[in-house]
Amino acid sequence: MSTKLSAALLAALAACTPASGTEPDAIRIWAMGREGEVLTELMPAFEREHPKVRVRVQQIPWTAAHEKLLTAFVGDATPDIAMLGNTWVPEFVALGALEPLDDRVAASTSLSPGEFFPGVWNTNVVDGKAYGIPWYADTRVLFYRTDLLKAAGYDSVPMTWAGWREAMVRMKARMGPRQYPFLVPTNEWPPPVILGLQNGAPLLRDDGLYAWFTDPRFRRAFDFYVALYRDSLAPKVSGAEVSNLYQEFARGNIAMYVSGPWQIGEFRSRVPAEAQSTWMTAPLPGPDGPGVSIAGGASLVIFRGSTRKNDTWKLVEYLSRPDVQLRFYELTGDLPTRRASWDDTTLANNRYARAFRQQLDRVVPLPKVPEWEQIATKVFEYGEQAIRGRLTVDQTLTALDRDVNGLLEKRRWMAAQRSAEQRSAAP
Amino acid sequence: MPGEGTNAAWVFLAPALVLIGVFFFVPVAAALLLSLTDFDIYAVASAENTRFVGLRNYTQLVQSPLFWSSLKNTFYFALVGGPLTIAVSLGAALLVNAKLVRWKSLFRTIYFTPFVTTLVAVAIVWRYLYHTRYGLLNYGLQALGIAPVDWLGDPRWAMPAIILMAVWKNFGYNMLIFIAGLQSIPDELYDAAKVDGAGPVRQFVNVTLPMLGPTLLFVGVITMIGYFQLFAEPYVMTQGGPLRSTTSVVLLMYEEGFRWWRMGYAAAIAFVLFLVILLATLVQLRLQRQRV
Repeated sequence: MSTKLSAALLAALAACTPASGTEPDAIRIWAMGREGEVLTELMPAFEREHPKVRVRVQQIPWTAAHEKLLTAFVGDATPDIAMLGNTWVPEFVALGALEPLDDRVAASTSLSPGEFFPGVWNTNVVDGKAYGIPWYADTRVLFYRTDLLKAAGYDSVPMTWAGWREAMVRMKARMGPRQYPFLVPTNEWPPPVILGLQNGAPLLRDDGLYAWFTDPRFRRAFDFYVALYRDSLAPKVSGAEVSNLYQEFARGNIAMYVSGPWQIGEFRSRVPAEAQSTWMTAPLPGPDGPGVSIAGGASLVIFRGSTRKNDTWKLVEYLSRPDVQLRFYELTGDLPTRRASWDDTTLANNRYARAFRQQLDRVVPLPKVPEWEQIATKVFEYGEQAIRGRLTVDQTLTALDRDVNGLLEKRRWMAAQRSAEQRSAAP
Repeated sequence: MPGEGTNAAWVFLAPALVLIGVFFFVPVAAALLLSLTDFDIYAVASAENTRFVGLRNYTQLVQSPLFWSSLKNTFYFALVGGPLTIAVSLGAALLVNAKLVRWKSLFRTIYFTPFVTTLVAVAIVWRYLYHTRYGLLNYGLQALGIAPVDWLGDPRWAMPAIILMAVWKNFGYNMLIFIAGLQSIPDELYDAAKVDGAGPVRQFVNVTLPMLGPTLLFVGVITMIGYFQLFAEPYVMTQGGPLRSTTSVVLLMYEEGFRWWRMGYAAAIAFVLFLVILLATLVQLRLQRQRV
């Protein structure tokens, strides 16, 4: 009886040990969503090049990714390498979870920072050190109806705010009361944030210790944003209220929309055939000429706890190679982060991707503080108050500063602790 | 000697007390302490970054609109779903227990099955049933000439959809308890009521319900405590959306705690939820005492 029991226990224990039992030395990589699926297809070629290295891909769903990564860190069970949304990099750096990569980059023969889009590379640099290698890029550009713009007298999207607004006013004049030149869902934070960044507003000041939405540069951008709704150039609707974006677009109920690269595929498959020839992408206008956009995307990071950092770095180099990036683009539609990858004909021939290529030369990172996602939520919540006329622009921005300063209180306290320590350490 | 007897009692109690102490009182006390600190991801990086903040987490909580809306959603679920579950299970118990019904144990088993299936698997299947275009439910509505409803995508319908699923999933267990309660009512009472000229309705109101009093109380309290802890259904089916309309208090706690790792704040949410459940239970006890 007891032997039977212990045998059963042993079997159960064996089942509990990680599946790596078969490949004890495999590099463990975590990746989210479709990227995780595709990664498996890219691994055989890598393993052929490095016969002694084995890779085990673990897919995790996007919705659970953040908590899984954090829990893994707390439980000392991080993988060797992971795909990390680049806005999460500062947070994991604050935790001390990531390995700085500068020495490896400097010694590498296959990649150097200059070959990447500077804004995208910069998202991985915290306090002067690089902690991630950009894997794919994501930014926002304008999707628009060429024919509606042409009917209003324009061959292309004007590249200054004033010109852009004028084009919207002219389009609106030719539209019905329930048709709008621009769709900017009220529950999205990127539009007001991008406009602010375009006008040179840093959003936070003093190394991310204080909010700075009352900065006149942000104020001007926010005015531009609120005026879109006030002058009926954009409908006051949240994303959930737009039931079928592609149909609305095809019917001409909206003529412009700001979105990311995944939308190219969606527009291609979901805009009805008769309207397919009428849409295009354009880089974003700015206050006095082409404007900046957000440097989004995901990076490859190596965890400090990894015991196989040299082999893991080989995997990073492999995944960053232009030919592999291009294969990755073909499989996912994710935009490559290295300029060289864009020289290939596949991408050069995609007319919708061209605007993204131009925009990627003009992207800037979001504020690098772990609290950013919470701050972003505040931005659109207060933005909605201003749009609906419940608060004036000044009231909104003052309240936004106050709330965001509340979120940053811990950072200020920690900074004060640090400087107090330095003072007491100094003789 | 009374002293010796007490010592022996302590020895026998010790194993249970130690277990309760280690696995219940210590964690609860630790959570209470945690709720008075600002433990967050900076504290994960280095324990020195933790501060004692007194009741700040609690004051922040009562000022947060998200907390109030999640509390409202939780009450919506418990106050609509709870009574509905009890009514359905009582109805099912009466039907299964009726003298005319054959194959009683078969029906009992069928009705009990949803309760023992895995919630996550069930939630995934129900997500298919609720699908706007391909779901069985909208297919039925269409046959009746009613326009399709975006069950899980419409803020107005998402919570009713979750309630419907929860009722289906949970009524079997309560039904079994009600059947046991019904079977313990002596037949003489019904015979006496019949002699006095009471029809089925009066029999139900004047005999069945009063005799089921303690069972109702038990079922009511257990169901309510369970429903105030709503988590898995919205976590699997809606992730708290659309527009936060299905974010429950426990889901909020999970997000704050494990998504953003604001453990101090999450612990404060846990204690507020504990108080809410305690209050609701007291109210229910009071109501029942008045009725019986």
